[in-house]
Amino acid sequence: MRKNLIISVLMTIATTVLLGIIYPLVVTGLSQVLFPHKANGQLIEANGKVIGSRIIGQAFSSPGYFHSRPSAAGNGYDATASNGSQWGPTNQKLVHRVKGDVAAAQAENPSVPIPIDLVTASASGLDPEISPAAAAFQLPRVAKARGISEEQLRQLVAKHTDNRQLRFLGEPRVNVLELNLDLDEEFPGTKRAMNQSQSQ
Amino acid sequence: MTANGWFQILFFLALIFLVTKPMGVFMTRVFNRERTFMDPVLRPIEKLLYRVTLVEENHEMRWTEYAISMLLFSLVSMVVLYLIERLQGFLPFNPQKLGAVAPAHLAFNTAASFTTNTNWQNYAGETTMSYFTQMAGLAYHNFTSAAVGIALAIALIRGIARRQMQTIGNFWVDMVRSTLWVLLPFCVVGALLLVATGVVQNLRPYDKVSLVEPMQVQKVGPDDKAVIGPDGKPVMDTVTEQTIAQGPVASQEIIKEWGTNGGGFFNANSAHPFENPTPLSNLIELFSIFAVSAGLTYTLGRMTGSQAHGWAVWSAMAILFLAGVNAVYWAESRGNPLLAGIDQQVSTLQSGGNMEGKETRFGIANTALWATVTTDASCGAINGWHDSFTPLGGMVPLVNIMLSEVVFGGVGAGLYGILIYVVLAVFIAGLMVGRTPEYLGKKIEAYDVKMAMLVALVFPLVILTLAAISSVEAFGTSSILNPGPHGLTEIIYAFTSQAGNNGSAFGGLTGNTPWYNISGGVTMLIGRFLMIIPMLAIAGNLAQKKYVPPSLGTFPVTTPLFTALLIGVILIVGALTFFPALSLGPILEHLLMGIGKTF
Repeated sequence: MRKNLIISVLMTIATTVLLGIIYPLVVTGLSQVLFPHKANGQLIEANGKVIGSRIIGQAFSSPGYFHSRPSAAGNGYDATASNGSQWGPTNQKLVHRVKGDVAAAQAENPSVPIPIDLVTASASGLDPEISPAAAAFQLPRVAKARGISEEQLRQLVAKHTDNRQLRFLGEPRVNVLELNLDLDEEFPGTKRAMNQSQSQ
Repeated sequence: MTANGWFQILFFLALIFLVTKPMGVFMTRVFNRERTFMDPVLRPIEKLLYRVTLVEENHEMRWTEYAISMLLFSLVSMVVLYLIERLQGFLPFNPQKLGAVAPAHLAFNTAASFTTNTNWQNYAGETTMSYFTQMAGLAYHNFTSAAVGIALAIALIRGIARRQMQTIGNFWVDMVRSTLWVLLPFCVVGALLLVATGVVQNLRPYDKVSLVEPMQVQKVGPDDKAVIGPDGKPVMDTVTEQTIAQGPVASQEIIKEWGTNGGGFFNANSAHPFENPTPLSNLIELFSIFAVSAGLTYTLGRMTGSQAHGWAVWSAMAILFLAGVNAVYWAESRGNPLLAGIDQQVSTLQSGGNMEGKETRFGIANTALWATVTTDASCGAINGWHDSFTPLGGMVPLVNIMLSEVVFGGVGAGLYGILIYVVLAVFIAGLMVGRTPEYLGKKIEAYDVKMAMLVALVFPLVILTLAAISSVEAFGTSSILNPGPHGLTEIIYAFTSQAGNNGSAFGGLTGNTPWYNISGGVTMLIGRFLMIIPMLAIAGNLAQKKYVPPSLGTFPVTTPLFTALLIGVILIVGALTFFPALSLGPILEHLLMGIGKTF
């Protein structure tokens, strides 16, 4: 008993050094050498400042941008408070929130039913992506707000649509932040026009 | 349900089938202390470890010494984890300057949780734990609690395989060899693979980024309520920055799955894009959850000289796995009937179904698959919130845990869990033909069955008693988020998950209260150690017995009939115990949802 107690203490110390300190530091070192961009969160820089991570979603609200999914992370897309709504399927709050979001979105595109992912909160609250259906639903609005043709925009959306990985894994999806950044890049004039019309 | 969805599920099962034999052969060699290709690197580290910790590697232990060593190691390392949590403010690798984990009962709950391989989390990682606590406290226990589990399974297999012997191996040697051979090398490789897919691995402070479009949010006062302006409308604040939590995630992510621990680095666990960024990382993580446990069924067959028995057990597991994933996938694909006027249909452009609490990249198929795998095993990591599943979709993970997580199961724990059921199955078969039951040449007698029943009874007793108290007393019900029958399910799930050392949750329940922290912590300790001790007693008892050659009256444990009987016993013992509770929770909610009732 006493001998095994001594071993327990020594074993805890020795394995903590090996598994709790050496192992993660070695993996960190290797990752920083082999995949520095990915290991640091795929941050996107523009004009010398960091404007986001490729794989962490951001909220968008003006009509000229594609909108992300509803988020329950903090006040929305708070990347220090990842979470879903945790609302169950029969919770009135869920039904109420979805109804509100549907009403708002239907106003812009009345004849088409809304894709489910666009009115449901993601698990992380940081989902960087929407379904191709959700992008197609928003496309006429964005094209109109930017004063560009739907066909032009469709090509841009297609460029940012990821198919199933290795052609069978996961689901097809559209990265919202990258798509919106590319929108501003491709049609910079329209962004200015959009901002003016908003501020008036 | 789609053809692609089923293809992904069957592809995953095929990978698990393929890894079973190589992993099983490898582990057999490791624990028989035969040579493996990793020896040139690992053997010197092993010898060094024994030298500094005073372990005599050729010492053999009786089951009692084995159990005491395991308990002492768990106790000491649990106390150390508690101290790390409380003192993290003074420790290194804390760029966010996070203070002690408080209150004390939260630190206790977390220490019990990670020591018992549960990884129940009443805290949010990104705002509570320093990088040091994550690495040296939590991820450390992800290794050791898994290594302990594997060691125990090996001890039980030895008990079955040995004849007229008093000892079942050396706990320290089994634990160290599990760590060095079965866990560490795979984790180094797996962590780097995960980083290649986009899982982060760094020690930097959280990044502040300027949002592309500033965001209007409701201003919140010091009382956590929205501030209302003089015009009666809520006051808005403009948010221009996003703070992105970082950390040494990949190194923890891989052992979290490989050791079936399940404790997320971040609050959103494997739904967080930094823990699980792509469908490929998702597949790597799913594979890691089942790989060791599937291999152990082969090790069982190999070490006991009955390979067909190992495969018979594997088959029972695979059948229960497919039944579970089919049920969740079906239920979640149907969507939520209360959300009218929305396109929930599956198409080439969307996965459709119930997407509340799910990620776009995983959709319905991969979230359903994950929910099944994580509760078949005692993992408990999630990539979508079970609380937001449909009633029947959420019931399947709950039932999986109620069946004691024996479908491949936790590393080690799954195997010794199902062997308890095997003992009961051969006992029932023996009763049917009126003979003393035998199992792989060992007579199963009153002592063994009593110990197996002790395990089978303690589990529901703890869950149902504590859930009953919590569902009538204010200190229990005040934590509920979702009213109606769903709230009862939240409570039952919490105690089932903790007693089963799973760690997944119906996350709406506020767990960080004195009642849930303390009762939950005790539940996890009971669920772990009151299962292990009777199991080791069976191992010690079987090791002493004489070998009885099979005769005409012996019930063979290698046939489809045995597989069917085993599944029957699992379902009867596990599910029927809990049927009344389930009928008041998810089943009732399902029926009410069907007639349009909300709460």
